[in-house]
Amino acid sequence: MKNWLKFLGVLLVLYSIAGGLLLQVPRLPILHETIRNLYFHVTMWFAMMAVFIASMYGSIRFLGSSDMKHDILAVESARVGMIFGILGLLTGMVWANYTWGAPWVNDAKLNGAAGTMLVYAAYFLLRNSVDDEQKKARISAVYNIFALVMMFVFIMVLPRMVDSLHPGNGGNPGFGTYDLDKVMRLVFYPAVVGWIIIAGWIINIRIRMQKVKELVFG
Amino acid sequence: MKNKKTLISFLLMLLCPALLTQAQDVEMADAMRDNGKIYVVVAVMLIIFAGLALYLFLIDRKVSRLEKEIKNRTKGL
Repeated sequence: MKNWLKFLGVLLVLYSIAGGLLLQVPRLPILHETIRNLYFHVTMWFAMMAVFIASMYGSIRFLGSSDMKHDILAVESARVGMIFGILGLLTGMVWANYTWGAPWVNDAKLNGAAGTMLVYAAYFLLRNSVDDEQKKARISAVYNIFALVMMFVFIMVLPRMVDSLHPGNGGNPGFGTYDLDKVMRLVFYPAVVGWIIIAGWIINIRIRMQKVKELVFG
Repeated sequence: MKNKKTLISFLLMLLCPALLTQAQDVEMADAMRDNGKIYVVVAVMLIIFAGLALYLFLIDRKVSRLEKEIKNRTKGL
């Protein structure tokens, strides 16, 4: 991964932290200043989605090539995706506690996010249950494709179809084209790009670590 | 008729301040911004993230060195 890209990612996130706290935001009831969580909580989910897409890309390539390097990409991306997803869940729970009054509510988006985490946890369980490397990679690659589809169904499709407290679903104003404030966009988009780059960097290091491990221990 | 119109317009105008102050009525952290303490928060968060980025950079460098070392050893063979 090019060094300048890593610096860019770090810079963008640093900018989103400073701008996120200092720049102007809409004054909305219930949310108050917590609206700034957009730059941190939501970016976790965007990074997770980008990373899981990368994971599926690895799985699909592996199914075509049977080259273990694609499988390594698939599994390490899934690992980092889980980390970002868990961070998204935790930050969401803190945010919910102070805006909705409870860290968890029976809501389609929240249940969908938790469900996505379970789906990918099952991916790792599946891998652990198979010993042979090629078989492990092949079976989990097929599962990964379904996992990604389920992720989109759980967190993007279903929540939009039912009533929801969560912004962006159930008729609530979300952070889409018409709802996102001009100034917020200035921080939000760079933040998303920055965190995706950081996630990519972490995956890059992990993949190289795995390759080194393989070379040393065989 | 004219008096009724002016009366109604006047009453409606009385509502205006109430509608305008709605934006100001939402509590925000203006105090933090006014007394400059918000910069402390920003500084803390920047330090935390910069520290994490530094850690990422350090382990990246360690892996690069391991890769180079392996390359050198296998070349030697």
